[in-house]
Amino acid sequence: MSLLEFFLRHQREILQATVEHIWLVGVTMVLSVAIGVPLGVLVTRRPWLSKPILGGANIAETIPSLALFGFLLPVPWLGGRADRLAIAALTLYALLPIIRNTSAGISGVDAAVREAARGMGMTEEQILFQVELPLSLSTVLAGVRVATVLTIGIATIAAAVGAGGLGEFIFRGLAMVNNQLILAGAIPAALLALGADFLLSVLERRLRPAR
Amino acid sequence: MSAIANRPPGCEPAIEFRNVSYQLNGGQELLNDVSFTVARGETLVLLGRSGAGKTTALKLINRLLEPTEGEVLVDGRSTMAWDPITLRRHIGYVIQEIGLFPHFTVEKNISLVPRLEHWAEDRTRARAKELLEMVGLDAAKFASRYPHELSGGQRQRVGVARALAADPSILLMDEPFGALDPLTRGEVQREFQALERRLKKTVVIVTHHVSESLTLGTRIGLMEAGKLAGIYSPKEFLESTEPVTAAYVAHLRMHEGVEGGE
Repeated sequence: MSLLEFFLRHQREILQATVEHIWLVGVTMVLSVAIGVPLGVLVTRRPWLSKPILGGANIAETIPSLALFGFLLPVPWLGGRADRLAIAALTLYALLPIIRNTSAGISGVDAAVREAARGMGMTEEQILFQVELPLSLSTVLAGVRVATVLTIGIATIAAAVGAGGLGEFIFRGLAMVNNQLILAGAIPAALLALGADFLLSVLERRLRPAR
Repeated sequence: MSAIANRPPGCEPAIEFRNVSYQLNGGQELLNDVSFTVARGETLVLLGRSGAGKTTALKLINRLLEPTEGEVLVDGRSTMAWDPITLRRHIGYVIQEIGLFPHFTVEKNISLVPRLEHWAEDRTRARAKELLEMVGLDAAKFASRYPHELSGGQRQRVGVARALAADPSILLMDEPFGALDPLTRGEVQREFQALERRLKKTVVIVTHHVSESLTLGTRIGLMEAGKLAGIYSPKEFLESTEPVTAAYVAHLRMHEGVEGGE
């Protein structure tokens, strides 16, 4: 049976696993942006928090992903359901690039622009939302792009704790020493990563401020 | 204190420094016991070399910095008693790098303070147009441009227009023409002078250019190492025999009007 035949025969399962995968990644990205961008802003406002926050995110990044799923298993609410567990672990991974790029983007805003904004009587909040965030949007988005591609890859491991997604095929294929099964997970995951990378980089270019 | 209290209301100086010192957290003193007043409608130039405390003094006026000792009064009220946001919107501010918002059009840059103050849309637009014409830029041509599409001189004009947007009675300028080439600088200076004569704002300008301070200032405050060495009219400044002023005048004579060769 050729690979193509295999894909066609199992297209429903593959499609379903792809949708699960996208859902895992999508929820993870929403959560990690919602947490990571405010943390990135906080780091620029309270420099002494930069070490603990970036350090913490850095440590999360270094834990092998399979082990991280294991560590989170005994956590009360999270360990109860596989998808919650997976999303929590993936969010921890996705945070670092988002926090780092948010703080880098904001620190990169021209000091003269910030001084002019302050001198003209903009409040801290107005400076953040009307000046700093719009000007660092493309940098933040670059972080989101890196995090998304990373998450699409790591999310395949979520199948190890039963969270579904394209990893199901990969793990099953490994167990059965069946290359076609492995590729049924790996090819769609790679395509997802490439597609996300492309779309987000287009958006990023469009939002880049003119110099 | 009593002398101040006896002044009829509305006649107090626009800006007054009373024994103002400013120290960095590390204890380094940038300004040391400085006192002076700026009368309504006059243009005071703070002249001095880099690090003399000119910019520090300027930033104390719109409370970008707060005095460690003494007080700065704006319209008779200590800056510490003002709400800093209200105070800053009441004072125009132009810096050397201009700091135009790169993601805003020229029109949006100029109408920033009116928008923050919730002016009606048509009034804001009309004001932006008026200001552009006032600084010598064709509104139809420039309103929708972005800062990176402007030349240095044009950017500087937009910066001045932006500072004047909400018709502040006080204008602070930090090396406003410093980044321009000598010819453009002369041009923009002359335009600004004409504008200033018409608008009669209280202006404080920081510069290290002697000729600029003589052209633009009604009075010149000479700063040296965090202290105010003296305040002179342009004529007094040129005729002064004090060693500090003499050094500046000698420099000016040497460069004979083509000052700004550095």
